[in-house]
Amino acid sequence: MFRWFHKLASTKNFYRLAEILTPLLAVACAILLAVGLYRGLFVAPTDYEQGESYRIIYVHVPAAWMSLFIYMVMAFCSLLFLVWKMKLADIVAQVSAPLGASFTFLALATGSLWGKPMWGTWWEWDARLTSELILLFIYIGYMALRSSIDNKSTAARAAAILALVGVVNIPIIHYSVEWWNTLHQPASIAKIGTPSIHISMLIPLLLMALGFKVYYLVVMLTKTRNVILEREANSAWVRERVKENRL
Amino acid sequence: MSEFFAMGGYAMYVWPSFALTAIVMLANVYATLSQRKKVISRLKRQHSSTES
Repeated sequence: MFRWFHKLASTKNFYRLAEILTPLLAVACAILLAVGLYRGLFVAPTDYEQGESYRIIYVHVPAAWMSLFIYMVMAFCSLLFLVWKMKLADIVAQVSAPLGASFTFLALATGSLWGKPMWGTWWEWDARLTSELILLFIYIGYMALRSSIDNKSTAARAAAILALVGVVNIPIIHYSVEWWNTLHQPASIAKIGTPSIHISMLIPLLLMALGFKVYYLVVMLTKTRNVILEREANSAWVRERVKENRL
Repeated sequence: MSEFFAMGGYAMYVWPSFALTAIVMLANVYATLSQRKKVISRLKRQHSSTES
């Protein structure tokens, strides 16, 4: 197990694995999103309370889940980097930040577009919305901190510490709808076994959520490969690949 | 069909949500691919200059 882990942690092996996986994942992503969109927009019935406006759920909820999921990946990788000096983990954290920020922005923007017709307001300083906005600031802070320190290894360590400190915000976002009396509705599907959402509405949501996850994997793996090539431009294996035109 | 696009009167909220999501996700793909192109062309230049 450790050996396998060690092998994967080598950038060269990771590059090769990512190279093989990326096209397969890209196809899976396209299928998931296409079927999810079709079922979400055409097959899923109209909501008896919210009418057609509820269909925003198919982009809003997957984006919001991704904003948390990517942060957890970033924090976990930061831990691996700080404790075991795993360079690869640092790269994954680095390239994940803009993706996490993108999904956080989307969660906020689509939430706003949903809030206007349903709550009558674009924005409300309620616990869920405010903690999600703080998440966006943490992502931006992470990227700003990284680019503001010239020494690369100092920047990486400082950013990793910031990512770990920022973890406290994650349970706050998750439980905000239970801890505080928020305008934001409580989770519809988290209750395993008895989701308060009909199956025909749930299936497209899960397809979209899975599609977003695979999308993240595809983009993250490709970005990671880019950074690996950049950082190891002078290594023998990169030279070899350049010579053979196999990048 | 026009009924579909009308989204029961919520078109001005539903479509911008989907459009914005598509734009942001495609922009990330574009940025990633153009970064990849840049890195590769730099590597090739670097390599050919050290070769000769």
